[in-house]
Amino acid sequence: MSATETTKYVGAPILRREDRPLLTGVGTYVDNISLPGTAYMVVVRSPYAHARIRGINLDAARAAEGVIAAFSGAELRDDWKAPMPCAWPVTPDMKSPEHFPLAVEEACYQGDGVAVVLAESRALAKDAAELVEIDYEPLDAAVDVWESSQDGSTRAHQSLESNVSYVWKLETDDVAAAFDAADVVVKRRYYQPRLIPNAMEPRAVAARLEPNGDVTLWSTTQIPHILRALAAATLGFSEAKLRVIAPDVGGGFGSKVDVYAEELLVLALTRRLRRPVKWVEERSEGYVATIHGRDFVTEMEFAATKDGTITAVRANVTAAMGAYLQLVTPGIPLLGAWIYSGPYAIPNYSFTCTGVFTNTTPTDAYRGAGRPEATFVIERTIDALAAELGMDRIELRRKNFIKEFPAQIASGLTIDSGDFEGALDKLLEHLDLDGVRSEQKARRDRGDVTQLGVGFSTYTEMCGLAPSRILGAIGFGAGGWESATVRALPTGSVQVVTGTSPHGQGHETAWAQIAADQLGYAIEEVEVVHGDTSIAPYGLDTYGSRSLPVGAVALHLAGERVIEKAREIVAHQLEVSGDDLEFAGGAFTVKGSPDRTMHIKEIAWAAFAAHNLPDGMDPYLEATATYDPSNFSWPGGAHAAVVEVDTETGDARLVRYVAVDDVGAVVNPLIVEGQVHGGVTQGIATALYEEGVYDDEGNLMTPNLINYLVPSAAELPSFELDRVEARSPNHPLGAKGVGETGTIASAPAVINAVVDALSHLGVTDVQMPASPERVWRAIEEARQ
Amino acid sequence: MQRVALTVNGTRHEVELEPRELLVYVLRDRLGLTGTNVGCDTSSCGSCTVLLDGESVKSCTVLGVQADGTTVTTIEGVAGADGTLHPVQQAFHEHHALQCGYCTPGMVMAAISLIESGHASSEEEIRTGLEGNLCRCTGYHNIVKAVQAAAGAPA
Repeated sequence: MSATETTKYVGAPILRREDRPLLTGVGTYVDNISLPGTAYMVVVRSPYAHARIRGINLDAARAAEGVIAAFSGAELRDDWKAPMPCAWPVTPDMKSPEHFPLAVEEACYQGDGVAVVLAESRALAKDAAELVEIDYEPLDAAVDVWESSQDGSTRAHQSLESNVSYVWKLETDDVAAAFDAADVVVKRRYYQPRLIPNAMEPRAVAARLEPNGDVTLWSTTQIPHILRALAAATLGFSEAKLRVIAPDVGGGFGSKVDVYAEELLVLALTRRLRRPVKWVEERSEGYVATIHGRDFVTEMEFAATKDGTITAVRANVTAAMGAYLQLVTPGIPLLGAWIYSGPYAIPNYSFTCTGVFTNTTPTDAYRGAGRPEATFVIERTIDALAAELGMDRIELRRKNFIKEFPAQIASGLTIDSGDFEGALDKLLEHLDLDGVRSEQKARRDRGDVTQLGVGFSTYTEMCGLAPSRILGAIGFGAGGWESATVRALPTGSVQVVTGTSPHGQGHETAWAQIAADQLGYAIEEVEVVHGDTSIAPYGLDTYGSRSLPVGAVALHLAGERVIEKAREIVAHQLEVSGDDLEFAGGAFTVKGSPDRTMHIKEIAWAAFAAHNLPDGMDPYLEATATYDPSNFSWPGGAHAAVVEVDTETGDARLVRYVAVDDVGAVVNPLIVEGQVHGGVTQGIATALYEEGVYDDEGNLMTPNLINYLVPSAAELPSFELDRVEARSPNHPLGAKGVGETGTIASAPAVINAVVDALSHLGVTDVQMPASPERVWRAIEEARQ
Repeated sequence: MQRVALTVNGTRHEVELEPRELLVYVLRDRLGLTGTNVGCDTSSCGSCTVLLDGESVKSCTVLGVQADGTTVTTIEGVAGADGTLHPVQQAFHEHHALQCGYCTPGMVMAAISLIESGHASSEEEIRTGLEGNLCRCTGYHNIVKAVQAAAGAPA
């Protein structure tokens, strides 16, 4: 939106139109969809992390009450025309074991599906699944990512010689020399705990064969368009005969950016049984059946001069793929690969990632995907460098900030905009650092049991996925554009069709704000539709903080085309040149003749009636546009956490969290703040509470919400948010992504605060999550 | 099978239940009241919270047969007959206290119970009172604000 256009909705805290159905219990989540004659599917899963399947006996299950059918992996093998898709072969020699919706000979993680049972009700299907007899030969399991990366370690797949899927490297010319020449080198090793996404709605899938042979699939997915194409390819369906609907989707955070076994099974079985099939994940089932995030070991090094100028960065990542490569698994670490220099101007750059198979649930996108992992090691290590140099942590950051934009960074990308110093200044204004420091000193002087610490994280990240040409250059299988259609309907309303697929982000409200301002309608006159491949045929869906900086830009471009078409119609009917028309507030007016005017609603009718259009013009006032971004979106900012740590119990508690973010221009501040609240919370949870733990045999020891600590309201404070605004120069909306910033920034701020609280005791590191036991041990070790 | 009579949102229902059926599935599958969501299988998340004889319960921890003779209020039953939102629903809307909406019905029911029982007088009390209801989207910030507003508590 250019500054001269008047806006009445964009920038305002418009309340969400999505809310009412969700608040009154009439949401359309997949499990609420009831299809007559449904067969309920239950997946029988391997209890072993690694086992050979010697035999499956389904006789008792098939004979059980209410059972419609049961199948082993071998019996369905011919239903798959291709293995399950991985869209990102990151190197030409990447190893990827064949992966089918049900394992046939070898189960490779606890939870790997081996058979399905379908019955008249979910309870009867579960009862019958208990009767499936499977003869397993347990095999040794590869579990720990670092150990599994070593030569001669236990193999995760019998078919692979080693567990290494790929080694991917990005390095500038003089890194070794920069390290040799450095006054100071700090090197630290970090572990990013395995995370379990836990969108509140478990996954669910339903499908129906239509009378004409088409198949309709409802899924809790973030990617109905991608799913449609890849499911059709995997099953040998005509894509034209497959309709995918993502109705109300109860959160995703990346975990629903996948083509899952259960989606393919439900489709295949709907076709086989010729009746609707439904599968609903149970939460504990989801703990093994839905992708996990993180599980990285990172060695991180900074080289610097004595005065605190960082001259080189070297990151060496060993990343768990889990048992198989899901949709984007191998690429997740690489989404951070270009930004291990953070918001700092560091001329020499080295990043290496080794992707490693383990007998664990596959990893894939979880909020931030590669960028929280990068930001964590950068922001922890810059604190370590400050300690090494005896410099103030804030001043070291400030000294190394990129200050002028656009800035080409050593990894080769260009950060087009930012205001890192402005964000940090504003953060310090809110924080009252002197007050925090004085309270900290008082507690230290008194020897209080509960100590206070403050930690910082200054960050930038690349999101708004993504320029198609760059995706092509790095091996990704699809593009990163987005599409939108704007229809000015004949009777005075507007329909916006978007290729994005929201699952809590409020696109219906925000897109309506943009279109209403642009076209001059009341917001109530704008309807936004999405998430159904039959009404929104083109799109690349919602992930990677792309919907606003890519999808809404497509909407804006489509709106411009509608305005230009309307302009031609007005020019024709009023017999003036299009250049002589001004468009504002929904009306075209002849310059200098304020009484010669036509409103866009009249034009919409005229375009529909088509009685008097310019020669050759298509009737109807509608336009479609796509937008392929020229660069990633570069949000950034400065966050601070204040924690209290009980030095006797090790309990660390967040007491304040202050975040100042640059997310470019803001369409709806309510929604932006909500995204930051939620994102920050997930990073805090990583820092203090959440960790997916396997035992040595590959049993998930945190298999449900009892053992895996998703924080409640009681663990958290209210947050203090503010913004700086460095508009994106790439597109007319000026907006940047906001969905992941909080998660990317927050974990290191919290851990830096925990370490700061204990630094006077000699503590220099606490691994995530900073559980009471870990904190207590860190204190005890420092004392010895 | 066992015959059970219960009143849900003011309507009396008689249903034949297996003893193992959970109240949440009675509501969802037998009565078609799908507003009450199932978010876990360990009674951890609170998505399925309803009012049972006026008190909030996780309807996944109550057997359908235990609800015999009770009065149940679900999310479908709290707005006015004319569609006017309940003050807690309205406060959730005005404070952007929901994103994906999946935890929302349970969160609203828990908040109603918290306010009605007089345990929503401070931020700390609200946070503690909602400990049994998990939300993955909002970080609870706006939920707490909404409950404070609905309770008339000082913000």
